[in-house]
Amino acid sequence: MLSKREWVWGYLLIAPMALGLAVFYLWPIAQTLYLSFTESGVFGGHTWVGTANFTDLLGDEEMLGALGNTVLYAVLVLAGVPVAIVVAALLNVPGLRGMSVYRTLYFLPVVTMPAAIGLTWRYLFNGDFGAINYLLGKLGIDGPYWVGDPDFAIYAIAIVGVWSSVGYNAVLFLAGLQGIPRQYYEAASMDGAGRLRQFFRITLPLLTPTTFFVIVITMINALQVFDLVYLMIDTTSPALNGSRTIVYLFFEKGFVQNQRGLAAAIAVVLLGLILVLTAVQFRLQKRWVHYE
Amino acid sequence: MSRPRTWPAHVILTAGALVMIAPFVWQVVVSLQTLPDSLRVPPKFTPSWEWSNFPEVFRSVPLARQFVNTVLVTVAVTAGQLLLCSMAAFAFARLRFPGRGAIFMVFLAMLMVPGELFIIPRYEIMQGLGWLNTLQALIAPGVFGAFGTFLLRQFFLTLPKELDEAARLDGANPLQIYWHIMLPLVRPGLLALGLLTVMWSWSSLLWPLIVNTDPEMMTLSAGLASLRGQFQTNFPILFAGSVVASLPVIALFVFMQRQLIAGIAFTGSKG
Repeated sequence: MLSKREWVWGYLLIAPMALGLAVFYLWPIAQTLYLSFTESGVFGGHTWVGTANFTDLLGDEEMLGALGNTVLYAVLVLAGVPVAIVVAALLNVPGLRGMSVYRTLYFLPVVTMPAAIGLTWRYLFNGDFGAINYLLGKLGIDGPYWVGDPDFAIYAIAIVGVWSSVGYNAVLFLAGLQGIPRQYYEAASMDGAGRLRQFFRITLPLLTPTTFFVIVITMINALQVFDLVYLMIDTTSPALNGSRTIVYLFFEKGFVQNQRGLAAAIAVVLLGLILVLTAVQFRLQKRWVHYE
Repeated sequence: MSRPRTWPAHVILTAGALVMIAPFVWQVVVSLQTLPDSLRVPPKFTPSWEWSNFPEVFRSVPLARQFVNTVLVTVAVTAGQLLLCSMAAFAFARLRFPGRGAIFMVFLAMLMVPGELFIIPRYEIMQGLGWLNTLQALIAPGVFGAFGTFLLRQFFLTLPKELDEAARLDGANPLQIYWHIMLPLVRPGLLALGLLTVMWSWSSLLWPLIVNTDPEMMTLSAGLASLRGQFQTNFPILFAGSVVASLPVIALFVFMQRQLIAGIAFTGSKG
C-alpha cells in the first residue's frame, strides 16, 4: 500500500522535468530528423524532398569546407590537452604555495563570456595593430593577418579555444591526480626514480581515466564551436572560408538564409559525426586507459 | 625525506598565469583608451583614462536593459533548474516506481545529443506561441536539463538509507522527506549546479542570438555581438561593453570559486 503511494509521488516529482524534456528536447529531436528530409517554402511550411538535403550537402563546397575546418579545430584543441596535464601536475607539486591563486588565474577564461573573449582576441590578433604580431615582430617574425586570412583564422581560433579551456581541464586533471595514492610515489622515490620518471611511469598511466574523459568532452565541445568564430571573424571576411564551422553553417543556413530543412540536415550530420567519433573513442580506450 | 624544490613549478606556473590574465588586463586598459590610441603601432600599453567610453557604450546600445534582461533570465533559469532538477533527481535516487530505469536512460540519452538539434523546433515553438523577442523564450527551454538531474541524483544517492526509513516511520510523505530532510543535505550539489547554470546561462550566445533579435530584448552576449557589427574596430567602446558584461560572473567566481571548482571536479569523477 505504502509502495503504491510511492509510485504516485515518484511520477509527480519527475512530471515537470519529464514534460519539459519531452517538449524542448525529445520532440525537437524527432522534428529535426523529420525536417532534415524536407525543404522549407518561401512562405513557411515544408515539402518532403527525401534525402536531397544530404546529397546536396555531400557535394556542397561550403559544407565540406566546414567539416574540414571543424575537424581541424577539434584536432588542434585536443593537441592542447597536454598543456592542462602539465598545469595540473605543477599545481599538484607537494608543498606548493599559492596553489589556489594560480588555479583562480587559470580558471578566469572559463567563467568569462565567450563573446567578450572573442572580441578581446580579435583585437590581439589584428594584423596591423594587434599585440601578437607586435610581439612576433620583436622576435623577427612577420605575423600573418590571423583573423583576416583564411589560411590562419582557424589556428587563431584554436589558440583561443585552448587558452580558454586549459583552466577547466586542469581542474579535472587535478581531481584525477589527487586520487592517485601518495604511497606509489614514496615507493618509487625509495627505488631511486626521479620526479620526471615518476611522472611518466606513475602519474600518466594512473591518470588515463581522467584523460579519456577530458578528451571526449573536449572533442564533443570542439565539434560544436560557434561563439569564437562568430565573434572573431567578420561575417563578410574571406577568412570565413577557412574558419566556417559546422554550427556556424547551421546558423547561416537556418537563420540567415532561412533554409530550415537544409540546416536541420546539417544538425543531423553533426549528431552523426559526434556519435561516430565518440564511439571510436570508446573503442580505442581499451588500448590505452588503465582502470584499477 | 627532503622537501622537494618548488621554484621550478613557480616559474612555469607564473609564466602561464601571465598568458592567462594578460588579455584581461589588456582589455581593461584599452577600454580606457581613446580610439586613435587603441590603433597605434606599436601598441600603447597604458590607459589614456578615457572614462567616457563607458557612458558612450550605454548610449549606443540598450546595455543597461540588456544587463537587466541577462540578470532576470539567469536568475529564473537557475531557480527553475534547481527546483525541477532536484525534484526529479530525488525521485530517481530515492523512490521506486515502475519504469524508473527506462525513463532515466532516456534522460541520459539526451546528454549525448548536441544542442543544435533542438534549436529549429524550439524556434518554431516560440514563434507559434508568439514568444519571439521575449524573455520567456530564453527562460522556458533553459529551466529543463538532463545534466542537472543527473548531477543531483549522484548527490541524493550518497545519503544513507536510514534517513528515509526513519522519516517514513514518523509518518512523513515523500514530498516532506524531499523538501525538509534531503534538500538541505544536498546543498553542495545545489550550489555546484546553481553556479554552473549561472555561468552557462549568462554566457550562452547561439539561442539568444536567434530567438531575440530586438536589441531591447537581447542578453549581454548577443548584445556584444551586435555591438561588434555596429562598431567594427572601435575597440575601446567594444571593450567597455565587454568589461561591463563579463565582470559580474567573474566577481561571483572569485567569491564562490571553491564551490564551483568542487562541482566541476565532481562532474569529472562521476562522468
